[in-house]
Amino acid sequence: MVLKIFFPQCCNKADSGLLVGRWIPGQNSAVVLAVIHYPFIPGQVKQYIHQMRGQSGVDLTVLGSWSMPKEGQEGMESFLRDLSTIFPQGQWLQLSREMGKIGFRCHILTRDQNGKLVQQEKELKEENGVPDPQTESQLPQVFGTVCQSEPLFFLDKYDDSPVKLTHWQSEGREGSIIVELMKQASTPVCLLTTWILTLWTSLCSSRILNVRPMRFISSKLSTCVQLSYRTEHLQTVSSPTRASTHTHFMRKANIFVSFFVDVSLGLLLISWLYRENRIGKLANTLVPAADHVAKELEELLQWLMGAPAGLKMNRALDQVLGRFFLYHIHLWISYIHLMSPFIEMILWYVGLSACLGLTFALSLLSDITALLTFHIYCFYVYGARLYCLKVYGLSSLWRLFRGKKWNVLRQRVDSCSYDLDQLFIGTLLFTILLFLLPTTALYYLVFTMLRLVVVMFPGIFRSYRLAEGVKFRVLCEEPGTPLHLMMDINPLKVSSVIQTYRTTTYSCYPKDSWLALCKKLFLGELIYPWRHKTTKID
Amino acid sequence: MQNGDQQYSMEDETYTDIDGKAISLECQRHSGFCREFTVSSAKVSIGRVMVYTCAVWLTAYIIFFVTENTAVLSSAIIITLVGMMVHIHFVKVDHETLLIIGSLGVQVSSSYASGRESTDFIEMGKIKDIVINEAIHMQRVIYYLCILLKDPSEPDAVSSVVPLFQSSKPRLNCLVKVYKSCQEILAKC
Repeated sequence: MVLKIFFPQCCNKADSGLLVGRWIPGQNSAVVLAVIHYPFIPGQVKQYIHQMRGQSGVDLTVLGSWSMPKEGQEGMESFLRDLSTIFPQGQWLQLSREMGKIGFRCHILTRDQNGKLVQQEKELKEENGVPDPQTESQLPQVFGTVCQSEPLFFLDKYDDSPVKLTHWQSEGREGSIIVELMKQASTPVCLLTTWILTLWTSLCSSRILNVRPMRFISSKLSTCVQLSYRTEHLQTVSSPTRASTHTHFMRKANIFVSFFVDVSLGLLLISWLYRENRIGKLANTLVPAADHVAKELEELLQWLMGAPAGLKMNRALDQVLGRFFLYHIHLWISYIHLMSPFIEMILWYVGLSACLGLTFALSLLSDITALLTFHIYCFYVYGARLYCLKVYGLSSLWRLFRGKKWNVLRQRVDSCSYDLDQLFIGTLLFTILLFLLPTTALYYLVFTMLRLVVVMFPGIFRSYRLAEGVKFRVLCEEPGTPLHLMMDINPLKVSSVIQTYRTTTYSCYPKDSWLALCKKLFLGELIYPWRHKTTKID
Repeated sequence: MQNGDQQYSMEDETYTDIDGKAISLECQRHSGFCREFTVSSAKVSIGRVMVYTCAVWLTAYIIFFVTENTAVLSSAIIITLVGMMVHIHFVKVDHETLLIIGSLGVQVSSSYASGRESTDFIEMGKIKDIVINEAIHMQRVIYYLCILLKDPSEPDAVSSVVPLFQSSKPRLNCLVKVYKSCQEILAKC
């Protein structure tokens, strides 16, 4: 079986000494955590290792010896081999490296029954990067060992202690005062936030707000959905229990950072918005804009009622549909005019809500747009329903025309013999529907286009996949040395960072693929853009 | 062949992909239990690029001639450039590599024409086997190499299948070569 040794990259240039680390049980591999330099007293080394084992809970042992002889230091080989008698182990690693060469040499001395020294095949891995513990397989065990051996990394070769180490944090440990302060302040803040959130959730789940119509509306308004997501996330972040696994911790950290960025962006927006009475200007342009939209719609309907694009419509149906829609627009405009004195105040308060986060403000904006263009949505629904009915009627009567019938039980088309009067009436109806088709189809087409434009306006979020793990690269090595592999962390792609940052998506494309969408459009089925894609944060 | 020797062999005369385009397979033997296979597809051909660009620009010129709107020309240029950038960064795969390290795992990586690399590493504990599967696609039967993954808690069930060399789609002769080498290494550990 192949022996694998995980060796930190920083110890490449370390001076000769003893290797300290852990054998991973059952996998025939070893993780090297640090190198203890000469000179040392074996008794003190043993004591130190025993102390570290107790503090970190990791099964640390002396793995072997590392020698990188500098000029003038000869005769180390025999000294190193004698060390194996001082630290009795089942297997003793001897890694050595010569100046000017990249690869190591590795010899393994196993102590078997006769005390004979046996050599084995070996494979070396250099590791680099931040650990991330998960489950029970090999690589995560390596990372888990490094994580848990934190007490080992407190001493350094520059410290004035009997034991001088080199390890992966020798280049400098990262720390910051702000982080330490935040750690101290986090617990009381967490408790406070949890208490506020429990109050809020109990209020939300009270009987009054859970009546069916309210539920329906609140599930459609993206603001309410945002609020609920936000509450959920805050609850995750502020729970006083520590993150059990690292992924849990990463998720908490991500949520916290995203919330922080959100709120700061929202505050920026507020400061910009309230500066020069922009709210007033916005309110003053809103009502004329709604008026303008209504006027354009009226012109469009007049055009449809005439001879649009040279097509000849059925006069009566055209007039009916056109007048119906015109009356609808008239109602809508009166409603907007009724609301106009209150618009500025509403906008002012809405702007204040941006302090809860930029995404909240954006969702409010999209809700307002949806409410203001509600009449377009209504037109679309009427047009779509009419068209849908027509298409179904036509298809069924076409089947009758050919002497066939749709068998609901078997979900297929079967032949059927109709009576003469059935055939007569069916043919009449079919002809009527067929000739009325262009008119309905045109109305449907126009309003569907409008609806799609309104729906696509708020923007798109796409979902990407997470990519995280390790990657290996074969280092060029010299013959006679074992295989060297460089192990790097496979970085999270920017897209996956965006995905974990994004808390909810107001997904404006329909849920289905493009082909299904086209099919739905053709048949006249309604397209619902409100379905939210649930984010799977792994 | 000693341990740690690097053997380098290049054979690109006889391999094609399922559509008949020439591809090349490169096998590197890093050690007794570590092999690397690289399948390179054909590069972006200048002829095709020029044909597409000329077609797009000719259409743009015709539309400009009819409508006298200069925005058409600039939008055609932008579309061509953006389309080319998107194609070489996200779509066109230059070569795909399979690095198998005995008793450690398998690394699958694809490298795109713009230089971007996307890598994935699968541990040996999760790998059940590497097999060649058959698939019926439209009117033909194609072979593909795939890794069968297992859940460590249920070693007998296949939890998922990871297909390899999806962009280069080599034919059976190339796959058999890779398969034999992989099975040698999997048998050892």
